[in-house]
Amino acid sequence: MAGIQLNTLRKIYAGNVEAVKGISIDIKDGEFIVLVGPSGCGKSTLLRMVAGLETITDGELFIGDRLVNNVEPADRDIAMVFQNYALYPHMTVYNNLAYGLKNRSIPKDEIEKRVRKAAEILEIGDFLDRRPRQLSGGQRQRVAMGRAIVREPAAFLFDEPLSNLDAKLRVQMRMEIKKLQKELGTTSLYVTHDQLEAMTLADRLVVLSGGVVEQIGSPIDVYEKPASTFVATFIGSPAMNLLPLAKSGNEWKLDNGATVDVKLNTDLSDLILGVRPEDLVIEELSEKFDTGLHTALTVHVVEPVGAESYVHGTIGEGSVDVVVRAPGKLHFEPGQILKVTAKPEKLHTFDTKSGKRIELEGALETA
Amino acid sequence: MKRVQFSHPLMPYMLLLPQLAIVGVFFLWPAAEAIRASFYLEDPFGFGSTFVGLDNFKDVVSASEYSRTAWFTLIFSAAVTFFSLSIALLLAVKADNVIKGASTYRTLLMWVYAIAPPVAGLVGVMLFDQHIGPLNDLAHALGWNMQIGVNYFDTAFAMTVIAVWKQIPINFIFFLSGLQSVPKSVQEAAAVDCRSSSRRFWTVTFPLLAPTSFFLLIINITYALFDTFGIIDLVLKGEPGNNPVTLVYKVFLDGFRGNDLGGSSAQSVILMILVFALTVVQFRMIERRVHYS
Repeated sequence: MAGIQLNTLRKIYAGNVEAVKGISIDIKDGEFIVLVGPSGCGKSTLLRMVAGLETITDGELFIGDRLVNNVEPADRDIAMVFQNYALYPHMTVYNNLAYGLKNRSIPKDEIEKRVRKAAEILEIGDFLDRRPRQLSGGQRQRVAMGRAIVREPAAFLFDEPLSNLDAKLRVQMRMEIKKLQKELGTTSLYVTHDQLEAMTLADRLVVLSGGVVEQIGSPIDVYEKPASTFVATFIGSPAMNLLPLAKSGNEWKLDNGATVDVKLNTDLSDLILGVRPEDLVIEELSEKFDTGLHTALTVHVVEPVGAESYVHGTIGEGSVDVVVRAPGKLHFEPGQILKVTAKPEKLHTFDTKSGKRIELEGALETA
Repeated sequence: MKRVQFSHPLMPYMLLLPQLAIVGVFFLWPAAEAIRASFYLEDPFGFGSTFVGLDNFKDVVSASEYSRTAWFTLIFSAAVTFFSLSIALLLAVKADNVIKGASTYRTLLMWVYAIAPPVAGLVGVMLFDQHIGPLNDLAHALGWNMQIGVNYFDTAFAMTVIAVWKQIPINFIFFLSGLQSVPKSVQEAAAVDCRSSSRRFWTVTFPLLAPTSFFLLIINITYALFDTFGIIDLVLKGEPGNNPVTLVYKVFLDGFRGNDLGGSSAQSVILMILVFALTVVQFRMIERRVHYS
């Protein structure tokens, strides 16, 4: 077992396409790191660089204390779980698991022992004589996991391993992966585009966009203090509401004229105000906050999703869609005007141009 | 699938008629004629024939010339099949790994396939020509006094080389597409599991190529047995003398040079049985063959 260190890794493809633009991550021994981002953000490329399936254009990659930039994948002491399982179709489940061990000249009885153990953990003991095509998607997924486990590697690499499963199975496997990783204590690097998977699995989350790291942090940190508007909208569903905030005289105002008193040490004349849908509260339904954000919302649609309802609306002319996440089943007529409010500590501010987070000096106060 | 409705029940048979007529006239009728002729002693000048039962077969099988030809055919077919398959596989594996200028390499390797068989045979014969052939010059430069058409072994060697050379491109195309249909992620998983690339090839890639390889094996045996007729004829320039010929070529020789239509027919009936057996083996194996995915 070992940590993994990525030092300003870069990947430039033929034609000068830079897929990974100098990414540094220090992964501690036993840590579960999730790389998350939209498609094309370079997360898979980065994982494949760690695996050795893509060459590293520039930068250094350490697994343990070993510089592995030019080490063959088989010699990196990693095991990988692929999106489409990538099982060997002509081998039985047993041989699929044993293949990587046989090639490392591990004694036969040791192979047998490890395969039986992994099969027991993953509950695939009954299928050891079958071939992959005779298995269901979930079973194949377990075999793919088993192939990684028997190797007892320094690190597991997961490339969107659950995206081929149906929703129910995905939730179940997600839990199992998490449990298994904690039990084995193996350093893991996990790629996904599913933010829910990322939030639930990660010890630390790495949010990627356009080949650069947007933010690294614990899931809760990333959720509560997104480093940029990209992270703010990517993590969390429904996404964070982003509203333009402009300086008029000494006051900060929303588009609809609602004043927000912000203590900000900045020369900027406009900002982006961020507030999560669940932090926006309908005043009629809750206690009133004296401070924070207060504005009127014109209801457009109410989406009841069971335990809660998403109220979509606008604040004033030409406003973007604002979502309020309210508990219970609510009924509002389109066009109805609601008063919504948010606690000051629930507000986020971002630079309009760079999208970077600007920390407030103390809480925002309403005018 | 949508079923086509024909206005008249005879319509489908009418549409099949041209194809059936061709099969009947050029295949079934000659085949039946050959079977009939194999039981008769034909007058070389066409003045009637005498029924001789199995005498033609007895004569054919007992002739030392025939077993000599059969042995040569066996060795020749095995060599052509083995070398055309293994060289094509090697080239396909190498071409599959080429990244820069991949399509150029592939086109160059498939080039020979685009040439008509007789032309390819002629080119091959030219390469081995006693006077202008560069391969002949090369052999002489290496101290091999190569005499195509005179020395039994040299002639067999040239036939084999040309037959292999002609067959490599088609095998290459199949192997290359077979290789490209092996999922990339499976190969990557193997790269993580196994350090040695040659071991990876034999334990993962080659087994996944098995359906392609088996298909090509059948195709190549058939080719070596039957389709090499033209190449043999070109190398021998129609004058076999004491040189090696295959069973198919011997059918032609005995029938049209030797005017022994009965014996020649008996030989082709033997070949027919051989083809039939091959086909049965092929179908049985194909049914049993593992379908991956």
